[in-house]
Amino acid sequence: MSEQYQSMWKELGLNLAAHDMLLEALGKGYQDIYLSQKERPEGMGYFDFVLSEVHGLRIKELMDEKAAGRKVIGSFCVFVPEEIVRAADATLVGLCTGADFATEEVEKILPRNTCSLIKSAFGFKLGKVCPYLESSDMVVGENTCDGKKKSYETLKDLVPNLYVMDLPQMKSDEGRALIQAEYFRFKEAVEELTGVTIDAEKLKKGIAIVNNKRKAIHRLSLLRKADPAPISGLDALLANQVFFYDDPVRYTDSVNKICDELESRIEKEEGPFPKGTPRILMSGCPMAVPNWKLPWIIESSGGVIVGEESCVGERGTRNLVTDGGDTVDDLMEAIVDRYFKVDCAIFTPNPDRLAHVEEMFREYNADGVIHYGLQFCQPYIAESMPVEKSLEDKGIPTLRIETDYGMEDAGQLKTRVEAFMEVLKP
Amino acid sequence: MRHAGIDIGSRTIELVVVNDGDILSTRQTDTGFDPMAQAGELLNGMDFDRIMATGYGRNLFEIAFDAPTVTEIKAYGMGVSALIPGARTILDIGGQDSKAIALNDMGAVKKFEMNDRCAAGTGKFLEIMAKTLGFELAEFGSEALKAQDDLHINSMCTVFAESEVTSLVAKGEDRRAIALGLHQSVVRRAVGMIKRVSSEGPIVFAGGVAKNPCMRRLLEEALKQEVLIPEDPQMVGALGAALLSSRMKT
Repeated sequence: MSEQYQSMWKELGLNLAAHDMLLEALGKGYQDIYLSQKERPEGMGYFDFVLSEVHGLRIKELMDEKAAGRKVIGSFCVFVPEEIVRAADATLVGLCTGADFATEEVEKILPRNTCSLIKSAFGFKLGKVCPYLESSDMVVGENTCDGKKKSYETLKDLVPNLYVMDLPQMKSDEGRALIQAEYFRFKEAVEELTGVTIDAEKLKKGIAIVNNKRKAIHRLSLLRKADPAPISGLDALLANQVFFYDDPVRYTDSVNKICDELESRIEKEEGPFPKGTPRILMSGCPMAVPNWKLPWIIESSGGVIVGEESCVGERGTRNLVTDGGDTVDDLMEAIVDRYFKVDCAIFTPNPDRLAHVEEMFREYNADGVIHYGLQFCQPYIAESMPVEKSLEDKGIPTLRIETDYGMEDAGQLKTRVEAFMEVLKP
Repeated sequence: MRHAGIDIGSRTIELVVVNDGDILSTRQTDTGFDPMAQAGELLNGMDFDRIMATGYGRNLFEIAFDAPTVTEIKAYGMGVSALIPGARTILDIGGQDSKAIALNDMGAVKKFEMNDRCAAGTGKFLEIMAKTLGFELAEFGSEALKAQDDLHINSMCTVFAESEVTSLVAKGEDRRAIALGLHQSVVRRAVGMIKRVSSEGPIVFAGGVAKNPCMRRLLEEALKQEVLIPEDPQMVGALGAALLSSRMKT
């Protein structure tokens, strides 16, 4: 895709040589991991196209929107309410992370024992290779884990348009009051940035667009209950990842089209893996493009992933905003209610998450749970131990993995994952 | 029918041939830098009908010799159950990794833990530490047992431990006491791993590091129970693979 977008990337201030290298690596990884899969749904062709144009056509679209006076807002977290952004006719995009980049530069400004996700986000900034970040009119940081909130203090010097949103740590009345106040403050900031006054009609429209997008991806998730699973975990993960980049309306249509296809596959009992393949529920940290390492190892070691209990997955998408009335205040309350349900590990205590893991294990007819903790991600690593214990006490086989974006542990991970499959299907 | 099992580890390769559950022959060689050439040489002249591979080189072997594979974890479970029926917990410390495996009452793998990318607490760690202190690997454990005092070593990382050892040597500490401290640190880590999967007895210790008498003594002290060691602890994985091959439907 390079040639035609060179001038656009140059205008955005990207480091063209480094960016070419990144795209080449991404393309090769996609070829090896995605295009080598068998029996993929035809509808995945759309996502192959989106991925091949993820730094090209999609950025061009964003630049066109900007030229037409609309704004682009970048985010690192599912707590940033897209409904509010949409209501102001702006576009919310997930910012780049998911691969090690310019790590040596990053470690000059962040501690080495910072998780890969944060280091990667900084690497994309320092290496000047994320066109989403460079085209954002506002970048929203959010106070979730300590790693993120302290790193935003450093990011502020690199990204002048950084806006930091505070978030509660407890699901109490005071916690809800904080997220409510922060969402109203965010609404004002978005109004100021865009010059759009968000009224009830606009907010309703924003809610409808985002609800439809969540409904579509949730529909896809539910279809994975079938045995054989009608779609690979890798492909379903990709659909969940593209959720953060694509135009929401087009995305909704494309996912629904795949769902229609999957329904007919289920009728014919078709899927990429035969019936009886060990079914894995993944649980834990989010996986951003192109962090496909663990799902790839699982699905090339005799398993099929049938669900993601993750921010890039059901944790981020299972809840909808309920129709909350006709005033801006009522609608904002409905948005607050929706986001306050997200069972992120930054909350203490966080019993809903464990309940959701168990519920998904049962509903998706899983055989075992693989808990994915990103090394140095304190909240999820800390939860991984009680989650493992609690699941095993209920007779649910669980494998706890702690890894990062590097490939040097792939051999050991493969041994552990294969041995887990042997436990599931002796 | 004769079934062979080959365990391609990071340091050594073992081959076992069985017939009806009886061990007909065993062989061992170093892995070296060309594991498939070494494996081919080990197979040379051996008589068997089928072979199954395990160990970290199993996937290479699968491609080179068109053979089925099984993980070390399942192979060790099988091998230990055959040698010591009723065993419930296995500690396997090899050249570059360590594993704790819990077996159910049928001898099948119930749960396991494995070290991640780093070789801390494995045979490699002991090998480098023996060299740093000027011991032969084969005498490292027995020399450590002669120590008068026990020194506490904090570092588990090979690189950090090496500098910690160097500074202890510089302080004039007895090298046997340092050796004992190093063994203690490996045992602390192994016991933590065992306790995460199970600590139900009988506990079996296998893999190359099981040949080290100091490791066994310290493990028994820490676990407060007897630790059983198969006659040839390095052959367990290959034996397990051979037995699993004979159980495989054709």
